[in-house]
Amino acid sequence: MTNSQFGVFGVDPWWLVILKVVAIFVILVLLTLFTIWWERRVVSRMQNRIGPNRVGPQGLLQSLMDGIKLALKEEIIPKTAHLAVYWIAPVISATMAFLAFAVIPFGPTVSIFGVETPLQLTDFPVSVLYVLAIASIGIYGIVLAGWSSGSTYPLLGGLRSSAQMISYEIAMGLSFVAVFLYAGSMSTSEIVSAQQSVWFGVILLPSFLIYITAMTGETNRAPFDLPEAEGELVGGFHTEYSSLKFALFFLAEYINMVTVSALATTLFLGGWMAPWPLSLWDGANQGWWPMLWWLLKVQIFIFVFIWLRGTLPRLRYDQFMKFGWKLLIPVSIVWIIIVAIARALRNDVNFSNQSLLLVGAAVIILLLLISRAFQVRADREQAALDEAVAADALAIADAAAGGFPVPPMPGQEFTITTRRSMAASTTIVADRAVTEAVTSEQENPDG
Amino acid sequence: MNTAVNQGETIVFWICGFFAVLGALGLIFSKKAVHSALWMALTMISLAVLYVANQAPFLGMVQIVVYTGAVMMLFLFVLMVVGVDSSDSLIETIKGQRIAGILLGLGLAILLIWGIGSSMIDVPSGSLDEANSVDGGNVQGIAHLIFTTYLVPFEVASALLITAALGAMVLAHRERWLPKPTQTEMSKARFAGATHPGNLPAPGVYARHNAVDTPALLPDGSVSDISIPGPLKARGDVRPVDHMEMDEIRSIDEGSQS
Repeated sequence: MTNSQFGVFGVDPWWLVILKVVAIFVILVLLTLFTIWWERRVVSRMQNRIGPNRVGPQGLLQSLMDGIKLALKEEIIPKTAHLAVYWIAPVISATMAFLAFAVIPFGPTVSIFGVETPLQLTDFPVSVLYVLAIASIGIYGIVLAGWSSGSTYPLLGGLRSSAQMISYEIAMGLSFVAVFLYAGSMSTSEIVSAQQSVWFGVILLPSFLIYITAMTGETNRAPFDLPEAEGELVGGFHTEYSSLKFALFFLAEYINMVTVSALATTLFLGGWMAPWPLSLWDGANQGWWPMLWWLLKVQIFIFVFIWLRGTLPRLRYDQFMKFGWKLLIPVSIVWIIIVAIARALRNDVNFSNQSLLLVGAAVIILLLLISRAFQVRADREQAALDEAVAADALAIADAAAGGFPVPPMPGQEFTITTRRSMAASTTIVADRAVTEAVTSEQENPDG
Repeated sequence: MNTAVNQGETIVFWICGFFAVLGALGLIFSKKAVHSALWMALTMISLAVLYVANQAPFLGMVQIVVYTGAVMMLFLFVLMVVGVDSSDSLIETIKGQRIAGILLGLGLAILLIWGIGSSMIDVPSGSLDEANSVDGGNVQGIAHLIFTTYLVPFEVASALLITAALGAMVLAHRERWLPKPTQTEMSKARFAGATHPGNLPAPGVYARHNAVDTPALLPDGSVSDISIPGPLKARGDVRPVDHMEMDEIRSIDEGSQS
């Protein structure tokens, strides 16, 4: 399947492929161990504590020791678990976490044992979609874990996380579209090389911000860690998991953090390209140096994750869903339309950047004027309505006045009807003899 | 690589083909609905890999994102909401359903075999490389076809999907006739009500009775009723408070004070 654009990929000798796979595996596991330690230290600092500092220099080996201990612990499997699915769920989670890294570019073409090869396992025309696809299979791990545990809290956690990840995956996918439009490609290596002059995080700032929000939701991290909200769901989907299986979920969560950070770096921060002051040096984008810049950028994102966790309280579930569906998705759709129009004007009508800005300003002013006009109209309608209510033209509606609950007419207000007064008003319909007795009560429905 | 099938592709075909058929059989023969859904996901992923192997990477990825990631996930979601242990009844509810199902299945099989079989014999196979390079790539080729030749069918299909989504929303819509209580109102109601607003008092846990069936004691030595979980009370499993012991403790306490 050699493709002219991707000639450098898929031609590595077999030993180099295996070397790259092993290297990615080792890097991810080491990054996980490092990130756990780093997170604990940083959160401690934010909470005026010291954090792990006993095992190894600065406590660096703490997470390794914790990992060994976790793997050697006794495994408890609930009696009600559906065994086959229970076993396979953590495996799906962890495998998919590793797989997504196959298309992340670490650096430019280098020479390994005399073979010129890019620092990337593979690439193909739709590799960013591949990351999305792998992430969506990864959700299966969480959902199945929740289902197969045969217990209530994990099931609720699994349901929550599937709803959450599907919702935020839409916003995430939409934030990619602007990048695709500008890069003219969906392959990670081409997106990186398209950012030679300016990073997409700068010119596509709204997309970048939406992606950062969506990636926090996608990885179940605070403030969006509702699937494992310990106050509500004990441990969420992994409540019934212990020992090595729990360790796999833990590993998957941290690798996913690294993956979304790496994807953010690739799509918005120029991937392995050196940042500005460094990029003045000619050798900054050659050889093995870019891997260092890449690592630093990824670490910045991971620090942001930790920072968020140390700062923000968890959202309520309905607020969280409302935020995703009613704010993030519409905003990204509007933004994509703007980007697409700007792109089309520049490509087809040969607009200069200056005239594009002018047109944009004109459109924004026009939109503001239109929205102002609507606002004035709405205000006028509201005022008329208020007047009518004040003049008692519209009676205040009792939702169950006639014995049947009816929705209010426009402009009518609600009153809370108690069960007792409802029963009373039903009595009116049923038995007219007691009308006299209950009318007084109906007038004070709170009785 | 034109029409010739190379060795790697053959290996991929046999592995993915095996899993696709296995998944399809599993889908039919599983007892649990969730297991069926999982087998189906396996089939879909195998098909996606086959698409990628046949130089249709975009189709393969979209297959996973849309079908495995979204559609099957929603299926699973519904199955879970319905219940973990609910199994489908195998009793025929519509008369003649089985025979009609078998006949329709056979008809579909004949149609598919006829269609695919005749395309294998009559239609000359083209070059995938050529098809992919017309517009400069697989993705560009698909985009070109969707937005020119097949624009109308594509838009009609999307309009149909939007109609279905709207229909589902209309069916699930419920008009509120009382405003939704806000968090403030619910909080106020909780404190205004007769029930205990905060956490219930913890059961009395002493050194000798480390269990929830021991009631907490109020400052005057009487038993706090709400400190015992309801089910234990209903079963009559509440441990009686040893008042002798309490008196003993009190006398020791008083003795030490004087």
